[in-house]
Amino acid sequence: MDSSQTTARAPVLLFQDVNLGYGDFTVLSNISLAASPGEVVAIMGGSGSGKTTLLRAATGQLRPFSGKLQLFGQNVEHFTAAQWQPLRQRIGVLFQHGALFTDLNVFENVAFPLREHTRLSEPEINKKVLDTLEAVGLRAAAHLRLSEVSGGMARRIALARAVIRSPELVLYDEPFAGLDPISMGITARLIRRLSDQLGCASVLITHDVNETFAIADRVYIVGQGQLKASGTPAELKATTDPYVEQFLNGLPDGPVAFDYPVTPAFERWARGRGISP
Amino acid sequence: MNVLLQSIATLGAWVRTNLISLGKFARFFFLVLSRCQVLWQRPRLTVAQIHFIGNYSLVIIAVSGLFVGFVLGLQGYYTLTRYGSEEALGLLVALSLVRELGPVVTALLFAGRAGTSLTAEIGLMKAGEQLAAMEVMAVDPVKRVLAPRFLGGFFSMPILAAVFSMVGIIGGWIVGVVLIGVDEGAFWSQMQDGVDVLDDVLNGVIKSIVFGIVVTLIALYQGWQCRPTPEGVSRATTRTVVAGSLAVLGLDFILTALMFG
Repeated sequence: MDSSQTTARAPVLLFQDVNLGYGDFTVLSNISLAASPGEVVAIMGGSGSGKTTLLRAATGQLRPFSGKLQLFGQNVEHFTAAQWQPLRQRIGVLFQHGALFTDLNVFENVAFPLREHTRLSEPEINKKVLDTLEAVGLRAAAHLRLSEVSGGMARRIALARAVIRSPELVLYDEPFAGLDPISMGITARLIRRLSDQLGCASVLITHDVNETFAIADRVYIVGQGQLKASGTPAELKATTDPYVEQFLNGLPDGPVAFDYPVTPAFERWARGRGISP
Repeated sequence: MNVLLQSIATLGAWVRTNLISLGKFARFFFLVLSRCQVLWQRPRLTVAQIHFIGNYSLVIIAVSGLFVGFVLGLQGYYTLTRYGSEEALGLLVALSLVRELGPVVTALLFAGRAGTSLTAEIGLMKAGEQLAAMEVMAVDPVKRVLAPRFLGGFFSMPILAAVFSMVGIIGGWIVGVVLIGVDEGAFWSQMQDGVDVLDDVLNGVIKSIVFGIVVTLIALYQGWQCRPTPEGVSRATTRTVVAGSLAVLGLDFILTALMFG
């Protein structure tokens, strides 16, 4: 896909100099990124780099400390829960651990957003759910209980649930985690196809370099509490930035920190135990 | 002096913590209450919970009611025989069950059976990010998950208490009339004459409704507030039984004093 065509359109999700964190701990500073309709945007970074924190801000679960956060053209930094409701109906989210409803079977999990937000008839729901399950290769698993499906299958079910209502923005938190190579390839192609066909913006939170670079229009790399690099996959592959090089090539030595940073909460805890932080 | 100040500070902290908890609980109650329109908007959700909470508690309630009735019949007979008034056995069994044991024992069993299951269910939903997922899907978890369960408990409790009392009376009849040989006519007629619909039955129903609200709310609150870990869910489940049972017994005393005082 020609990325210049998609990025020219107004972004559905926009972070501008956003600071995010929990309590008195800032996780990410001065984050600026955008996702436009039809575009696949990947946010990459090591474990604990704050990727999921970005997703929580994009869904209204976390209020930014400062900066501008725009969703579908609206500034949402100070939105109340009620104001978030109509926006959330336009978003699909694939959660890191699936967050499937364990008391419902596969079919009912995928049908859940339709039953909650639409007035579709039962035959229409049947068709839509089975078609979506077919797209993730699980049509014949519709009747199974969640206890009967594998971890990889559960992620595909969560993916089907996230996209069942053809949302304008889909947020994928680690979509490739726990998938076998075949499922991973199919899922990556499915994400790309959904973006192209539905014209939705897709934001992937991931650290799987190969699959992501195969489908993403733009990649943002976060680390050490800030945005380290951004660009097309080709641009990032060609970069000589040591941080990006180390991350993309999985090198053991370099500027990517392995240790969890010292936080004020840790310092308080350590002092309380008589340990030097 | 320091010890005294420390004790006052500890007491103050304890009072403040409990007042805050009470305030949170009251706010939670109004939050759930404000979403109860789900009853007419999506009645199937409430019906499903009445089935889950009520129907699945039916066996333990009925069996317990039967044994409580057996014991009441036996103990009542032994006591009444001393005064030569064993014909009043039906009245004694019925009043004990309708006024006190029906609502109270049902509520205690309800806290153990349905309350713990509600707490564990909500707690595990929280731990599995299911409630967060609902919120992100623009589905209000209070309205979709909590309110139907609250209404399920509200409607189930008086029905279960009625079943308990009914089965208990049958238990008393089996022991008193069938096994011991108390006059059957006296057993039923004394009961008919002595049990007042408003004073006894209605007050018992009011008690069971209050207990239903309190126990269900405590169970939901504990699940909603618990730490999303196996240990957190386990502690919340225990707190449901302890707090629910104590609340039932405490409220029973207050309600009895108000109703029959």
